[in-house]
Amino acid sequence: MKEDKIMTKLQLITKGLIKDNPTFVLLLGMCPTLATTTSAVNGLSMGLATLFVLVLSNMAISAIAPAVPDKVHIPVYIVVIATFVTVLQFLMQAFTPGIYATLGLFIPLIVVNCIVLGRAEAFANKNGIFDSALDGIGVGLGFTCSLTVIGLVREILGSGSAFSFKFIPGDGILAFVMAPGAFLVLGYLMVLFNKIAKKQ
Amino acid sequence: MAAASNLKNMALCLFGTCLICSAVLAGVYALTAAPIAETNAAILKASISKVLPEGGEISEARELEVGGIKSEYYECVKDGETIAFAVKSTTIGFGGPLTLMVGVLPGGIVYNTSVLAHSETPGLGAKCTTDENFYGQFRNYDAMNGKLTVRKDGGDLDAITASTITSRAYALAVKNAVNALAGVPMPISDSQAE
Amino acid sequence: MEILLIIVSAIFVNNIVLAQFLGICPFLGVSNKLSTASGMSAAVCFVITLATIVTYLLNNFLLVPLGLEFLQTISFILVIAALVQMVEIVLKKVSPSLYQALGIFLPLITTNCAVLGVAITVVTKEFTFGGEAHMLNLGESVVYALATSVGYGLAMVLFSGMREQLALNDVPKAFKGVPIALVTVSILAMAFMGFSGIV
Repeated sequence: MKEDKIMTKLQLITKGLIKDNPTFVLLLGMCPTLATTTSAVNGLSMGLATLFVLVLSNMAISAIAPAVPDKVHIPVYIVVIATFVTVLQFLMQAFTPGIYATLGLFIPLIVVNCIVLGRAEAFANKNGIFDSALDGIGVGLGFTCSLTVIGLVREILGSGSAFSFKFIPGDGILAFVMAPGAFLVLGYLMVLFNKIAKKQ
Repeated sequence: MAAASNLKNMALCLFGTCLICSAVLAGVYALTAAPIAETNAAILKASISKVLPEGGEISEARELEVGGIKSEYYECVKDGETIAFAVKSTTIGFGGPLTLMVGVLPGGIVYNTSVLAHSETPGLGAKCTTDENFYGQFRNYDAMNGKLTVRKDGGDLDAITASTITSRAYALAVKNAVNALAGVPMPISDSQAE
Repeated sequence: MEILLIIVSAIFVNNIVLAQFLGICPFLGVSNKLSTASGMSAAVCFVITLATIVTYLLNNFLLVPLGLEFLQTISFILVIAALVQMVEIVLKKVSPSLYQALGIFLPLITTNCAVLGVAITVVTKEFTFGGEAHMLNLGESVVYALATSVGYGLAMVLFSGMREQLALNDVPKAFKGVPIALVTVSILAMAFMGFSGIV
């Protein structure tokens, strides 16, 4: 019995990686996915920033959900999410100013990332605090992995480097760092993901 | 079970959430205000010392007009003598304002430059912060005898590939900085005349 | 002249979808048909412009004078959520036909990041039209918001036209649906890159 329980907890974390991957399967949070993945490090930072908000807001919402009347639950959740996003903004300004400057507008825009509100609606408001935290970690990790992979592919093709480590001399294919490359890489990775996920 | 959706409950709940959240934010804001200010000061200080020769004492910020915009400069003094100036200079790049810190030695030699803030395109104009072949050109550049413009405009600086606008803005920012210092007490041209 | 620059820049050069990546979810979600795409664009245009005016006033006459800038994100999203609700109610009463056309899109707009994105951009970003960096004033902000949403509509309508054609084609199985749409947007974005540098 106990092992079963551990398994289900583990599943909460792993399901976001492949089965319910927020980017490739559920197609959520497309704006930061496309905008901030100009390099692997940028993608990773954006993913972790979202993870931070996701875990905290999931926990807070699962704690207050019983006291919130049905008709106003969305505004209340949005306010809670916006609070954590602003906290994140302050922390990043204080301790990681470089990353904050790079990600810019897309940090406050985590508020309207459908993943965060989506998890609050679909999971946190009917589950316990601990499970909600695990769910946040799982989905957040899935999002982080996807963003890092997209960023890595764009960085290799566009700048000839990986995680800022340059291994192809000269300029890369510039279009991959710019807007068209973002759409193209996401499209092709999605095809690849569909192929691999279907085979399993 | 969710609380009943009557008007009193709804108003109370929304109002309460907003109140608590605002209070939390005010608290976090108060707590992080000092670290944020410290970080910003540290970034500014790092960029100033990067563009100045080592060992000098750096003055407080003083006001100065650079390229027609109100800006600031710092004086670097060693053994009672002014050995260099650091000037903050802003021009318009491709994606928005481009702000540099420019270190200038007496005699109008550019000691070094560093980018404080920019919004250039990643992979293109943003290379002005990483491409040594570009920003390295400004190190020890003799602004009194050089044109401080890119080759396309008849100057002697290589622009970043496919980012002429950024390169122009960068060169202009350096030029403005050097020119602005001409009006500062102990003008640069003095030591050149000696 | 400056106004013209703002308009051209917001519609073509810095197109909100194809260059700034804002509002992608509805862009991919409701662009299957030309009619829904234009309906959504009209609703977004309405809300972005209204939200920008309200948040601009809120920011410059309440938050900044009181030193409460740290409430920016939270108050903006509340204003947008409330505004969308109000627009819905007013529209229902005043113009039922318009409500029928736009109604289903309105609830989706609260979480459209284009709205919050434009509102935040207007009050935080320095614009460089006319060769000098400055913040937009109220009039310019309205023009910017309107032009941005026209750009949104343009991208939306162009793309839905392409998708209607695409639906008739034989696409490889793995590419069906969103992947081929993304590849198509990529080509559209590349076309829009041609505008860069004209402002």
